[in-house]
Amino acid sequence: MAFEKNFFPRQVVEAGNRWDWALLPLVLAGLVLLGYGGAQMTRPYHLGDAIPLTLDPWQLPYYLLRTTLRMLLALVFSLLFSFAFATAASRWRAAEKILVPLLDILQSIPILGFLAITVTGFIAMFPGNLFGVECAAIFAIFTSQAWNMAFSLYQSMRTVPSELQEAARVFQLSAWQRFWRLELPFAMPGLLWNMMMSMSGGWFFVVASEAIAVSGQNIKLPGVGSYIALAIEARNLQAIGWAILGMLIGIMLYDQLLFRPLVAWADKFRFEEGGQETAPTSWLLTWSRRTERIAKLSERFTHALESTFTWFRISHDGTSIRARPNPAGNAIARVWDALIAAGGLYAIWALFSFVHAEVGFGEVWHVFLLGCATMLRVIILISLAALVWVPVGVWIGLRPMWSGRLQAVAQFLAAFPANLMFPGAVVLIVHWHLNPDIWLSPLMVFGTQWYLLFNVIAGASSIPSELRFAAGNLGLSGWLRWKRFLLPAVFPSFVTGAITASGGSWNASIVSEYVTWGDTTLEARGLGSYIAHMTAAGDFHRIALGICVMCVFVMGMNHFVWRRLYRLAEERMHF
Amino acid sequence: MEKHGSPIIEIQDVRKSFRSADGRERPVLEGVEFTLREGEIVALLGQSGSGKSTLLRIMAGLIGVDSGTVQYRGQPLYGPARAISMVFQSFALFPWLTVQQNVELGLEARGIERVERAERAEKAISLIGLAGFEGALPRELSGGMRQRVGIARALVTQPDVLLMDEAFSALDVLTGERLRDDILELWTQGGMPTKAMLVVSHNIEEAVLMADRILIFASDPGRIRFQLAIDLPRPRIADSADVRSLIDEVYALMTAGAGRADRTTEEPDTLRLHDRLPDADVARMDGLLELLANTPFHGEADLPKLAEESELTDDELLPVARAIDLLGLARLQSGDLHLTLMGRRYVDGDHALRQQLFGQQLLENVPLAAHIRHSLEQDPERALPEKPFLRLLEQHLDAAEAERVLQTVIEWGRHGEVFEYDFHAGSIHLPDDQQDDAARTSIIE
Repeated sequence: MAFEKNFFPRQVVEAGNRWDWALLPLVLAGLVLLGYGGAQMTRPYHLGDAIPLTLDPWQLPYYLLRTTLRMLLALVFSLLFSFAFATAASRWRAAEKILVPLLDILQSIPILGFLAITVTGFIAMFPGNLFGVECAAIFAIFTSQAWNMAFSLYQSMRTVPSELQEAARVFQLSAWQRFWRLELPFAMPGLLWNMMMSMSGGWFFVVASEAIAVSGQNIKLPGVGSYIALAIEARNLQAIGWAILGMLIGIMLYDQLLFRPLVAWADKFRFEEGGQETAPTSWLLTWSRRTERIAKLSERFTHALESTFTWFRISHDGTSIRARPNPAGNAIARVWDALIAAGGLYAIWALFSFVHAEVGFGEVWHVFLLGCATMLRVIILISLAALVWVPVGVWIGLRPMWSGRLQAVAQFLAAFPANLMFPGAVVLIVHWHLNPDIWLSPLMVFGTQWYLLFNVIAGASSIPSELRFAAGNLGLSGWLRWKRFLLPAVFPSFVTGAITASGGSWNASIVSEYVTWGDTTLEARGLGSYIAHMTAAGDFHRIALGICVMCVFVMGMNHFVWRRLYRLAEERMHF
Repeated sequence: MEKHGSPIIEIQDVRKSFRSADGRERPVLEGVEFTLREGEIVALLGQSGSGKSTLLRIMAGLIGVDSGTVQYRGQPLYGPARAISMVFQSFALFPWLTVQQNVELGLEARGIERVERAERAEKAISLIGLAGFEGALPRELSGGMRQRVGIARALVTQPDVLLMDEAFSALDVLTGERLRDDILELWTQGGMPTKAMLVVSHNIEEAVLMADRILIFASDPGRIRFQLAIDLPRPRIADSADVRSLIDEVYALMTAGAGRADRTTEEPDTLRLHDRLPDADVARMDGLLELLANTPFHGEADLPKLAEESELTDDELLPVARAIDLLGLARLQSGDLHLTLMGRRYVDGDHALRQQLFGQQLLENVPLAAHIRHSLEQDPERALPEKPFLRLLEQHLDAAEAERVLQTVIEWGRHGEVFEYDFHAGSIHLPDDQQDDAARTSIIE
């Protein structure tokens, strides 16, 4: 049989299996859409031109396409940035000393801050073309995605088990080979998880990044975000409803077409042995694995990657003089440390003189107080959310029937941009004449509380069943049961969730302390509204001041509260 | 197999130290001289922390030396060499690569093209008895199979030297023995490209069955204390009289003194304050003492027999034996364990008496415990944080080992009701019912 096949042209014999036929239209449609969306991004445009936008729901699919495309591009750049950052920071100690603190700071700068500083530059880069504005929007989304991905990759690369590192060295893997064979696969699950988190962050700031209203600009790029901005201006609740629907579909498409297949594929990179959880599955992945053409394509890709291993290999081994370690590095390292210290001192001095000359110390004190107000809000609201969601999460987590399904729901809710609900809140507050200082606060945790919920569910459902039986057997009940058994058992996962929730709440304060609905603007006194104000006014000095203070608060809270709780959870409350 | 072949790896006067937490140098290896020759298998034995794994890693080029020279066939060795391959204790397979891809790893890194790579990998895989598993992921395999992959991966590059870092210790006894026999068979039949093997082990029987030469390490600082050549022909039978007497001899050498630099005779041990304590838990000590006191041993036992009877491995048994020797409950002498009078009283006593005797022996024989107790009695709070004790130990031991030693002394102290420990506060304090007593004595004084 196999012999006979050779007499016919390949195309006739191997016409592909039926999966080929099913997947073909999907792939073609995807390519056409990508091409169309891409072409739309580079249309001519001059500052001041009005980009036509309507609230017609039939236009939403097109806007959705533009938005998803932007997010995809931002994600790709975030990935490339992460590769570069993590490689540099984990290979060279000198780079690590600068890059890691830098990332810590970048992470706590709110996204609007980046936009305010870069938008004019991007527009000037592509004069007469829409692409400049698109770049600014993509960059804004990038800044809401890149940092945690880079950090996750860097941390994974630092924690590759030492025996695997030794094996890589014994078998003479070059840096390039090590990255693809060891470090990236090892980091893959964490990186993917962070990519999904990043995507949620991107959706949250989609309005801010598409409807650019900073430093005197007012440009609305076609997209779901601009659609929402327009609906808010026009006080059109129905259009908001359509936008919510559109976004739900967008998030679901991303989940089904991108993340689910990736997660299912990345299951083989799981490092822990035990853990008899069921492996994640994805119809798309199964589908494309059964499709011959795609299987061939991926094989060709792997071979291409493998052939680069031949180019970037170590040509000498440990007996060559080139492997001799260079002991002279010490002095250079010391000079480098001194340079960093000098740079740090200079930065402090520059900051000091800047504050002295431009804004005055009274303003600093004022902003600091605003920061305290926002911090108070974050702490109170996280505590309130914990009071509600910890019992609920434990209740759900102890019931396997529910936990699997509801955990997915909570994860989805966390990805959903809560700011879409803000207009509703404004309407209510205005209607009942409530104090915005108090009643705007819940919006901060509106989107982030779900992290608490799904982490607690995960924690409660992973309590060893023997421990559960023992607690039941001892007759633990009521408060004692919570104090001695349930609360300590879910504490580590609670802390993980609370760290994410608190970070997210700080970031959300910029949009939630300063909410508009048509021409009504509600404002809560706080650091977030200060930054939002100054961003709208384009006052760079005060934006910088606000961002600095927020960085200090976020980093301080991470250092003094969360890191300690985390260590406590790691050391004391582990199964 | 011919002995005294030409040297492959030569190590001369090697010194290696690591920097401890407070920046001091802590020597791990000192004055190590060693030559690995063609045609021999050398086994390294020694208690944990004696630097045998460090020496293996120096030979693999993974760790540099502070002074002395390391040479591979006359050339200085600065890093991992192509001709030196290694098998790891926990296998170190890349879990996302299939068996075949794992085995091909070293070939791929050298840029050998795909067809040849596959051919050579297949040969190595079937040599080690894994044919048919090429496409499996490591997580689908049992421990023994995984280590076979590890060995195939090491052999496929045709190495001159094979280094094995406790390669069988993560496997169950039966699987480990089978794998070891398979390797020895390959070795004696010349099925391997390898000219010499170095095996780090903590299993004395394994070392005797495999090696042409056994090096026994002493610790603090690590150095070679004894060398033992073994001329028995292969295959060696574990139950033969020759092998048994050799095993006895190695046990005797291993337990001769605790291995301190300044003593080699078999006088009773006296510890210094910061010396490491054997990693032995109280329940095991009790169990071993009872086993020793009862039939068939009646207070006197041969360590290999004791190992067999207690079903403990060597690295579990030896620390326990050393611990009860330290505490004066038994005496270690030329590979035998004798119950002392105190030990007899301990075994015959009820729980309360046992605790009392244990505490008494602990304070008498373990300076660290005595020092902790002394400091506690002087303290008005009757409680002290663990930190200063940890710092004291860290001057001489690395951080993890210091932590372990403190944990050991705390466990012993708890059993002897000498002091207690609060996990959450990280503090050591006197037992509650003794606090008043201690207060009273200090007032009287």
